[in-house]
Amino acid sequence: MSNDFKTLAKDGLWNRNGVFSMMLGLCPSMAMTTSATNGFGMGMATLVVIIATSFLVSLFRKVITQEVRIAIFVVISAVMVTVVDMAMNAWLHELYKVLGLFIPLIVVNCLPMARMESFSSKQPLLPSVIDGLFTGLGFTFALTLMGAVREVIGSGTLFADASLLLGPAFKVIEMRLLPEDMGVLIMILPPGAFLVLGLLIVAKRLIDQRSERRAQQASAVPSLA
Amino acid sequence: MKEMLLMMVSAALVNNVLLARFLGLCPFMGVTSRIDTAAGMGLATTFVMTFSAMMDWTVQHYLLEAYDLGFLRIVTFILVIASTVQFSEMVIRKVSPSLFRMLGIYLPLITTNCAVLGVALLVVDAKMGFLASILFAFASALGFSLVMIIFAGLRERLVLAQVPGLFSGAPIALIVASLLAMAFMGFSGIGTI
Repeated sequence: MSNDFKTLAKDGLWNRNGVFSMMLGLCPSMAMTTSATNGFGMGMATLVVIIATSFLVSLFRKVITQEVRIAIFVVISAVMVTVVDMAMNAWLHELYKVLGLFIPLIVVNCLPMARMESFSSKQPLLPSVIDGLFTGLGFTFALTLMGAVREVIGSGTLFADASLLLGPAFKVIEMRLLPEDMGVLIMILPPGAFLVLGLLIVAKRLIDQRSERRAQQASAVPSLA
Repeated sequence: MKEMLLMMVSAALVNNVLLARFLGLCPFMGVTSRIDTAAGMGLATTFVMTFSAMMDWTVQHYLLEAYDLGFLRIVTFILVIASTVQFSEMVIRKVSPSLFRMLGIYLPLITTNCAVLGVALLVVDAKMGFLASILFAFASALGFSLVMIIFAGLRERLVLAQVPGLFSGAPIALIVASLLAMAFMGFSGIGTI
């Protein structure tokens, strides 16, 4: 069983990472990655929605019939998004103002929908929640990475305003890596989003290719000996 | 009149839904491999976006605000959009079977197009009037269709280009989209609102 969870974790975080391999949830991952903090906040909001919807759909999987499932998935995720929207408005108001339109738009994010359709509507409670957790973490990882790359090149900072948006405890991770006027503005503007995502997908393919080659070499050695 | 026109130019070109607001990227990456499918998707989206903005505006003003049900906004809007899509599917099938055959599977897909929900929410958040909302949604949808068709044209040529193996498929398309977004940045400053 623990082996299953390891596969779920590896799949969710890397092999079928929502953004880098499946190209799902592109809108928030482009719009909300002008800084690492925004990306992290957006990722966490989506993570909560994915876990909650996976939990609910898995709980009710026996009563949801095939014909009406899409409508039920949509309503379930709309309700959970409303809850997250209100909770963020109350407790993380600064972050809520930055993310703005993209919190309600989690409803039409394909990622929670894809997990409901292909996983949690068929699986028991625990694996569904674990799968939701790792899919969400993979999404958060992708958004934070994209945000970090764009922020470092674009404005020379990393996790700027984290204390303002996420709470004073995050003051320690704010840093400035490049001097004030070294930033390349285009990376923060819309074209930078497309460019960074394109290059990060190439980087992921490169890493996959390397590890595949290493695995082949490792399996080739014993057969020679 | 002049204000309305400037608002429409701004919605279609300057703050283009795809390249500046990042709404509706799934069909942008998904159905732009050929020009005719991209045009079909653009046409269907234009219809749904305009119509659902109209419906959502009415629901927001006469139902949600009148009865203080603002917290139900997300659930209501998504249901309104889903039924609009269903309704337009029935209308198009009755009125023009040839158009229906052309749009095919793209119609149901529009429900999950975040540009439709996004524009409806933008209209409500900006507290626009009824006419302004419809024009804003229509202009946004025109901008959406324009970029879909341009991008499909670029991708049709891209298939013939020799691309390094690692870049083939999605990455090179994203980089082309980046260049297109740069071109559209040239519109910034026209008719800002």
